[in-house]
Amino acid sequence: MINAASPAMMDTVAQAAPAVAERTSPLLRVENLSREFGGVLAIQDLSFTLPKGRIVSIIGPNGAGKTTLFNLITGVYTPTYGRILFDGRDISGLPPFKLAARGMSRTFQNLQIFFNMSALENVMVGRHLHLDRGVLAALFRLPRLVRKDKEARELAAELMREVGLSKYIDAQASAMPYGALKRLEIARALAAEPKMLLLDEPAAGLNGTESREIDELIKRIAARGITVVLVEHDMKMVMGISDHILALNYGRKLAEGTPAEVSANPDVIAAYLGSMA
Amino acid sequence: MSSHRLAPLAVLAVVAALLPLALTNNFLLNIAIVAGFNAIVCVGLNLLIGFAGQISLGHAGFFGLGAYASAVLVSTYGWPPLAALLAGAVAVGLLAFAVAKPILRLKGHYLAMATLGIGIIISIVLKTETKITGGPDGMPVDSFAVLGFQAYGEKVWYWIVAGLLLVAVWAALNLIDSPAGRALRAVHGAEVAAETLGVDTAGYKVMVFVLSAVMASITGSLSAHYLGFITPSASDFFRSIELVTMVVFGGMASTFGAVVGAVVLTVLPQLLTAFQDYEAMVLGAILMLTMVFMPKGLVPTLSALIAPRRRV
Repeated sequence: MINAASPAMMDTVAQAAPAVAERTSPLLRVENLSREFGGVLAIQDLSFTLPKGRIVSIIGPNGAGKTTLFNLITGVYTPTYGRILFDGRDISGLPPFKLAARGMSRTFQNLQIFFNMSALENVMVGRHLHLDRGVLAALFRLPRLVRKDKEARELAAELMREVGLSKYIDAQASAMPYGALKRLEIARALAAEPKMLLLDEPAAGLNGTESREIDELIKRIAARGITVVLVEHDMKMVMGISDHILALNYGRKLAEGTPAEVSANPDVIAAYLGSMA
Repeated sequence: MSSHRLAPLAVLAVVAALLPLALTNNFLLNIAIVAGFNAIVCVGLNLLIGFAGQISLGHAGFFGLGAYASAVLVSTYGWPPLAALLAGAVAVGLLAFAVAKPILRLKGHYLAMATLGIGIIISIVLKTETKITGGPDGMPVDSFAVLGFQAYGEKVWYWIVAGLLLVAVWAALNLIDSPAGRALRAVHGAEVAAETLGVDTAGYKVMVFVLSAVMASITGSLSAHYLGFITPSASDFFRSIELVTMVVFGGMASTFGAVVGAVVLTVLPQLLTAFQDYEAMVLGAILMLTMVFMPKGLVPTLSALIAPRRRV
């Protein structure tokens, strides 16, 4: 799952067989991305690449464009300029449901829970792409649909246990507390079996213990070979679990690198201190 | 799991089977049949309003189109009734599909306005195309016959409507508890999240709009045959409002609620005739009080009282 090939090996492979190089290329490539809102550039000429199977964090002061970037990558917004390549293919302008089919999944800073359903059904919606989605099969309740639905139900329960929601398996989503709903969104996103999981402030509003549990959960997700992209304000968490950090300010790239490099970067320090002053 | 899922259906089947024992004359049977027609339309409309969270103030238009398709094709052109019914359903399905894509991009009040407009246009066309539809005076409809069997009399129609209602409820319950049904409910719950999980939200909205329109059309065809006469008032704005009221009154996102809402609001005006001139006022007061004290509608509120935390 995780690519263990050395850079030298990758070069040779790239020369020998371009098709293989395609597969070992970065999972996400953002090129000269800009997004304008009524004359204001929320994201300006942003370029970066994200490797597979890592935990990458996007940091920056409030209003730096982190959530806008998430919305651009997941297709909720369309770029004003530039393009986004996911798994080697141009995805700019595709609607979110098509990106989901290509292996992208996300959670939301402001919870987007299906409060009109049970917790388990919320996770089962995450399984949507793997099930019989047709209406006729549904109206007549064809056996194949029933079988796959049953499997999905079991898998959803399993995922809920995995993210620590065992006691909410029979609950209505509307009856669950905030911290549990954050995890429910993660379970729901995982049900899609994504290649890349984007988490928008998964620890926001959580206490220290809960936040550490989310830490562990994110590491376990990454260990399964899923690339995790994180927007988070909890710097302790970011520095502790990220392999790679992208720092934004005013919609531009401020710095990029390992946690140690980014936290030592004078521009990053200035941006954070400046924003606090 | 599945026994619980179909429990309301079993209750409904028993009620439908026993009801004729109490309905001793044709007047009472007639009310039951009309209630059944309304219930079928409401089960479809509830999929759109209650589950997918969209609104339509134009469904009486689709009902009217189905009714007139049967009336015109059978009575004027001599088509077999079943073929006319299916042709009407296909035509309404295509029309609903054509208008759904642009209008279902609208939300809330704007969607209500757009669907209202469609209903009104259909109603006006039925009223003014006098040569085809007979205009505001309406037109007679031949009785329903298929393969030598002729549907005639209240008793026969009662069983036809009861059977179709059970099929409609069964199919609706199936749909709700399927990936497509969860997708519809997800559109209602959090559309952006549904979209990022791979749900083609626009596609499902169109689908449920078409499905509910086709159900209204088929019911319209059958009710035209049953009544033997059809006027454009079957398609007018007040009928659309009446249908939406039945869904909301019975309880949104509850298939059983749609049925109960349709039955109660069909029967209630009959009972309130005792109030004579004040009938409409009393009905209005009952509706207001129900919504104030049971904002979730009749069935969800009552079932929450009986079995807390369970969903019907």
